[in-house]
Amino acid sequence: MTGWRMARAPLSLRQRLLLQLLGIAAMLAVLLYFTVRTVAGQAAEATQDGILGAATTAIAEQLRAGTEQVEIDLPYDAFSVLGSISEDRVFYRIDVGGETVTGYEDLPPPPEATGKVGPQFYTRPFRDTEVRIAAVTRQVVVAGQALPVLVLVAQTRQGQDAIAERIANRAAGLGLGFFTLALLLSLVAAGSVLSPIDRLAEAVARRGPEDLRAVDASAPRELVPLVGALNGFIARLRAALGRTETFITEAAHHIRTPLATVRTQAEIALRQSDNEATRQTLRGVIRAVEESARSATQLLDHAIVVYRSDRMTSDALEFGALVAGVVASIEPAASLKDVDLRLSPAPQPLPVTGDRALLESAVRNILDNAVKYSPEDSVVRLSLAAEDRRAVLRVEDRGRGLSGLDPASLSGRFRRGGNVADVVGSGLGLTIVTEVAAAHDGRFSLTEREGGGVCAEFSVPLQ
Amino acid sequence: MRRILCALAVILAPLAAAAFPVEEEHVFPGTGTGSELWILSTTDTEYFAPLLTAFQARHPSVTIRYTVTGSASVYTAVADEGVACDLAISSAMDLQMKLANDGLALPHASTAQLPDWAQWQDRIFGFAQEPVVLVTSRKALEGLALPRTRRDLIDLLRDHPGRFEGRIGTYDPLQSGAGYLFATQEARQSDSFWRLAEVMGANRPRLYASTKPMLDDLESGSLALAYNVLGSYAATRAAHDPDMALIEFEDFTLTLLRTALIPKGAQNPELAGMFIDFLLSPEGRRLSGQQGGLPPVNEAALVQTPRLRPIRLDPGLLVYLDRIKRRAFLEEWAAAVKQP
Ligand SMILES: Nc1ncnc2c1ncn2[C@@H]1O[C@H](COP(=O)(O)OP(=O)(O)OP(=O)(O)O)[C@@H](O)[C@H]1O
Ligand SMILES: [Mg+2]
Repeated sequence: MTGWRMARAPLSLRQRLLLQLLGIAAMLAVLLYFTVRTVAGQAAEATQDGILGAATTAIAEQLRAGTEQVEIDLPYDAFSVLGSISEDRVFYRIDVGGETVTGYEDLPPPPEATGKVGPQFYTRPFRDTEVRIAAVTRQVVVAGQALPVLVLVAQTRQGQDAIAERIANRAAGLGLGFFTLALLLSLVAAGSVLSPIDRLAEAVARRGPEDLRAVDASAPRELVPLVGALNGFIARLRAALGRTETFITEAAHHIRTPLATVRTQAEIALRQSDNEATRQTLRGVIRAVEESARSATQLLDHAIVVYRSDRMTSDALEFGALVAGVVASIEPAASLKDVDLRLSPAPQPLPVTGDRALLESAVRNILDNAVKYSPEDSVVRLSLAAEDRRAVLRVEDRGRGLSGLDPASLSGRFRRGGNVADVVGSGLGLTIVTEVAAAHDGRFSLTEREGGGVCAEFSVPLQ
Repeated sequence: MRRILCALAVILAPLAAAAFPVEEEHVFPGTGTGSELWILSTTDTEYFAPLLTAFQARHPSVTIRYTVTGSASVYTAVADEGVACDLAISSAMDLQMKLANDGLALPHASTAQLPDWAQWQDRIFGFAQEPVVLVTSRKALEGLALPRTRRDLIDLLRDHPGRFEGRIGTYDPLQSGAGYLFATQEARQSDSFWRLAEVMGANRPRLYASTKPMLDDLESGSLALAYNVLGSYAATRAAHDPDMALIEFEDFTLTLLRTALIPKGAQNPELAGMFIDFLLSPEGRRLSGQQGGLPPVNEAALVQTPRLRPIRLDPGLLVYLDRIKRRAFLEEWAAAVKQP
């Protein structure tokens, strides 16, 4: 039994709203249907009763007092008019003094005498069908004696049923039409009610990752608490991120400053000491300090790369100028080793978008390696080019080469090659390069050059 | 046609079992063991034979029994005697209406297109529409203008006392259902009916229970005028006898529907329904109009000919069938016509 795990996705607001509106519309449509049916059915019955009553009264009004008996003369139109609305069967009965003188003797008499002048209506089963009966009573004076005369006219209700059915169909159509209209209007209404939420979601989604301004609060009253909570959250996030950045810089400072002091002290001590063993020790200390300082620098650089690559800025940059800037900053270190950095610029500008700090860090690490692993008095060639809609930087040295190391494995954290010998390093340089490349949709590769040395190739998409 | 009819006809002696008087009875035997369609009708066999044979051609296994009787008998056969015929065809619309109104007719969902006024519910179907006419002998009226309205006829009879003595024929409303219908409808529609009745009464009219003998007497010359005759019968006679003149009164001419219904006790109501549908089909209309001489229901003719006044197929027809109303009408009629 894993069914319980499958939590049903909650209904969307739109679905809820639509369902409820449609539920209401369906109820109203059904109500409309029954109302129209009832009202129209009653109206149809009233109409038919009116005609039936008129026919009965017309017969009653033709009653005359004869010399010996009541004279009865059925008016043709009284019956004819009953056929005007529908083709219903017609029955009648005339009683004089309690005795049926003509018509259908078994037609049921009215339940009780009302003493009204107007016709009395009732529905009864009669023979093979059900009839609506109108009854009128009149007194006719014959030979000085008042005789009660009862006139009954009955009609089947097939016509009325047909009308009722027709009306019911119309009413159903009306209800359905109403429901369809309500459906369309509900869709529109749901859309318009939910549009502020959509707008808010869109406004939040559209922001860049670095955009930590408060959300514009022009939301409907119901959304104000949500917007408020969101803005509070953004503010806390902004503060936390600010603290992290400050902390990293401070940490770098706090580690490097004492290390620089230790290094200076150790160098002074080295200069003052004659004891070869002590000097040896001090050299070890200095080297360890250098390594530590390098590690700290690279660790912090790496931390900044990780931190920034989540919230990169998208600056419009000229890649050539960026590389030239890094070259200039590396130049002093290179000239210490008499390494000649030769930059051949691209024939055209190389516009790219990306985070300046990250790209500089990547290029610096590539150049740093090239200089670091080159022998003294050698040449490192840098070339820039636009290839395949990418800005490509190639850095070629004549250093010790990779001596068969797998370039892919070298970009792991703290991975250094077996070829480093006494060169100071932390193994984070290429990690930084590959991470920056990944954040910029860029590529990085390290290949062995023919005739010794390494070619590092770094590229990012052109704008 | 006649020869086929004679070959098929089996003229039976009046059935002992039937309480109603049988005028004619023909059996059109079908092939094999098919079911029987029994039609009880007021229409003479010769008018119906083309329709019956055409229907049988489509359903060869069906045996058709066609019994002719008076319109009052068709009513009593169905209403009182419970005769199990499958179809009742009559020119007495009021009696047909009464049968259907009293629940003695079965419904039939017809496939035919019939105007509303030519059917009542799904129980009475009008298939022929005929004027009720005056037929005169040109010889007998020699030197006189043919009457064009009832007033003309009244004047004619008044101006020539004695000339038409005993030479006017009309239906006896007491015996003929159709005759009663024509008389009551006319009385209802115009005041001139009673004046005409009186004038005719002064001429000692001869009263008939059915059309055939009336037209026979006109043909033989013993009658000069036949008043209120069914148009279809008169037209077939007049076609052979140039002496006969058919007059549709211009003040108004009653127009009657010959109707069919399926009685409640029908043995083969489906077969009867099929026959009704055939009657109303284009083929049936063509046959009854052209070969039978029964003009089919035709709304356009009514619209184009304003003198034609159709008898409405509605519950009003029940009024003159009322016991008291009927007695009063017949008394008044007898007083007018049977003058001492
Ligand atoms: N230009 C190069 N010539 C030869 N070997 C290289 C070159 N660049 C990188 N390597 C090899 O790749 C390894 C990883 O380089 P990476 O820059 O990550 O570390 P590092 O240079 O040892 O330390 P740091 O973090 O101080 O740069 C190096 O230790 C070295 O073995
Ligand atoms: Mg390095």
